[in-house]
Amino acid sequence: MASSNSPSKSFGALAEFDGAASLVSACEKVRDAKYRKWDAHSPFPIHGIEDAMGIPPSKLGYVVFVVGLTGASAGLLLQWWTNAVDYPFIISGKPLFSWQAFVPVCFELMVLFSAFACFFGMLHFNKLPQLYHSLFRSERFERVTDDKFFISIESADPRFDEVKTVQFLKDIGATHVELVEE
Amino acid sequence: MAETTTSALSPEIQAAVNADTKTQLDDGVEKRVPLLLGDPSFNDVTEIVCRPVEWTVPRAWYIFFGCAAMLLGVLVLSTAYLFWEGTGIWGLNNPVSWGWAIVNFVFWVGIGHAGTLISAILFLLRQKWRTSINRFAEAMTIFAVMCALLFPTIHVGRVWLLYYVFPLPNQMAMWPNFRSPLLWDVFAVTIYGTVSIVFWYTGLIPDLATLRDRAKTRVRRIVYGIFSLGWRGSARHWQHYEKAYGMLAGLATPLVLSVHSVVSFDFAVAQLPGWHTTIFPPYFVAGAIYSGFGMVITLMVIARKLFGLERIVTLRHFDNMAKITLLTGSIVGYAYSMEFFIAWYSGNPYETFTFINRAFGPYAWAYWIMVTCNVIVPQIFWFKKARTHMGVLFVVSILVNVGMWFERFVIVASSLSRDFLPSSWDYFSPTIWDIAAFVGSFGLFFFMFSLFVRFLPMVSMAEVKTVLPKADPHHGHHDDDHGDDHHGDDHDHGDDDAKEEEE
Repeated sequence: MASSNSPSKSFGALAEFDGAASLVSACEKVRDAKYRKWDAHSPFPIHGIEDAMGIPPSKLGYVVFVVGLTGASAGLLLQWWTNAVDYPFIISGKPLFSWQAFVPVCFELMVLFSAFACFFGMLHFNKLPQLYHSLFRSERFERVTDDKFFISIESADPRFDEVKTVQFLKDIGATHVELVEE
Repeated sequence: MAETTTSALSPEIQAAVNADTKTQLDDGVEKRVPLLLGDPSFNDVTEIVCRPVEWTVPRAWYIFFGCAAMLLGVLVLSTAYLFWEGTGIWGLNNPVSWGWAIVNFVFWVGIGHAGTLISAILFLLRQKWRTSINRFAEAMTIFAVMCALLFPTIHVGRVWLLYYVFPLPNQMAMWPNFRSPLLWDVFAVTIYGTVSIVFWYTGLIPDLATLRDRAKTRVRRIVYGIFSLGWRGSARHWQHYEKAYGMLAGLATPLVLSVHSVVSFDFAVAQLPGWHTTIFPPYFVAGAIYSGFGMVITLMVIARKLFGLERIVTLRHFDNMAKITLLTGSIVGYAYSMEFFIAWYSGNPYETFTFINRAFGPYAWAYWIMVTCNVIVPQIFWFKKARTHMGVLFVVSILVNVGMWFERFVIVASSLSRDFLPSSWDYFSPTIWDIAAFVGSFGLFFFMFSLFVRFLPMVSMAEVKTVLPKADPHHGHHDDDHGDDHHGDDHDHGDDDAKEEEE
């Protein structure tokens, strides 16, 4: 690494852990040490890690609810406008606005809108797609999608210190710590 | 070839698989075998699943792919001729105007439903065994819906006027009629296909990242890199991801039930005897799940062997799938008998005639194939030996789909061919072009499926890893008795309890 002449910017420290259990207990300690710009990385979702990291619950549900209602309303509006207002014609002696017959399409559109809200909302909250990230510079980090667990603390964090943070990560059980360049 | 693929299992693992298989045959409910054989590590799971995507493909795959491509060619040619000549090339006649196209449509949509059941409903019910087969079954759903959508599309005859079914402003200043179940069907099936793709792709993102990180060539790295969207396993990302996944499952569950209910409305809302019954929605949904599980079993028996997935897809998975097949098959059998009962009990002479005609009229041969395959054959799954025997599973699962195709044929053809007025009766016989389109649709299905198993992970690695005991952050506390099978089981229960408490 070219960190000998210090102005070279580092993204932060990357610590490797053996398993889910040691990752979660390390997360609790990073949280208690009041770091802010940090993250944990694992090959699969770990239950209870949100509490260990102190991150608030996802707000995605509210977004999906609102968008889903929009979908259902749009479906009703569409069917009312097309069949009862713009092109009214009587079929089987039914009223022009026969809402019972409009239920299936309203429901399907609610599901369609909600599903898109789930997917794109998730991408939005996660700031994805983001094809490049500094962590991808680390060779070891390639195993995060296989069987290894990591904690990254960014140098942008006010408490970050190249020496102390690395030592801290070693103290809380990391098997390997490295500094990742910007 | 076969030798190269089966050698994936090392001798010790093979021994473990055999031992587990043995205990599996005489286990009770309390002492069940593990979901995954030979206590695999996280890395084992990655290796087993990535292998068919990364290693030299067996020659069997090329043979299979070649056959599928040829059948797809049959579909393309027969469809081209259909567009040129019109639907007159099929065996359609005056009363039977729906013919095989609609039979095939319902057949393929039905097959798709098991995929959503496995991926969404079993997810909400916290059935951990689904993790080994959900990706596979969802892929099946998507390809089945593609085949299904094809048939109504080409059945409209003048396919260039298909835009009539969508609410698009047009030069005739006309709108589609939303009071017709046929239009509900357009929305239900296209939205079902779309949502299934979104759900499937969401599940694929972490696994595509695994393939990206393991890629040996630049092309793979770039392609998998783009489709994995830069996933880096962040806990902050997992949190939103799991929320989205859970909600998609919650949305797909009522969706799948609605789709086949709407498909059944195509029939039930008409006034034809044999179609106009209220039992259709639940009966169609049960039949759909039944046929879909049949297809999952057929495909899984082959893929498991060919790609060495024995440790991840175990006999326990087949056992569970066979039980669902038995259950839904029995529901279908109940529906058949209830249709007869109501035909008699209603006192409606047309309804009574239709059902006697079904069982003893010109289509009696089709009716009895249906009853044999759907009601009698699956009863063999009352026996555990049959539920865990690959040969039996394979044969029965194919018969299930034969039976379900005939069910739709009986419903469509027998009711239409003899309605109220004897002067309008006619018998339906398929032509070579009916057969070509149907056989060709299998070409499309297997063509897509071959590409799927070649380029995408057919088991969800991230999800399988979560059901390993090591994935539980509290697992470390019990390290002393690690490796004890019975302990592993207790642990499973403890985990389930914890999850229930969370909710």
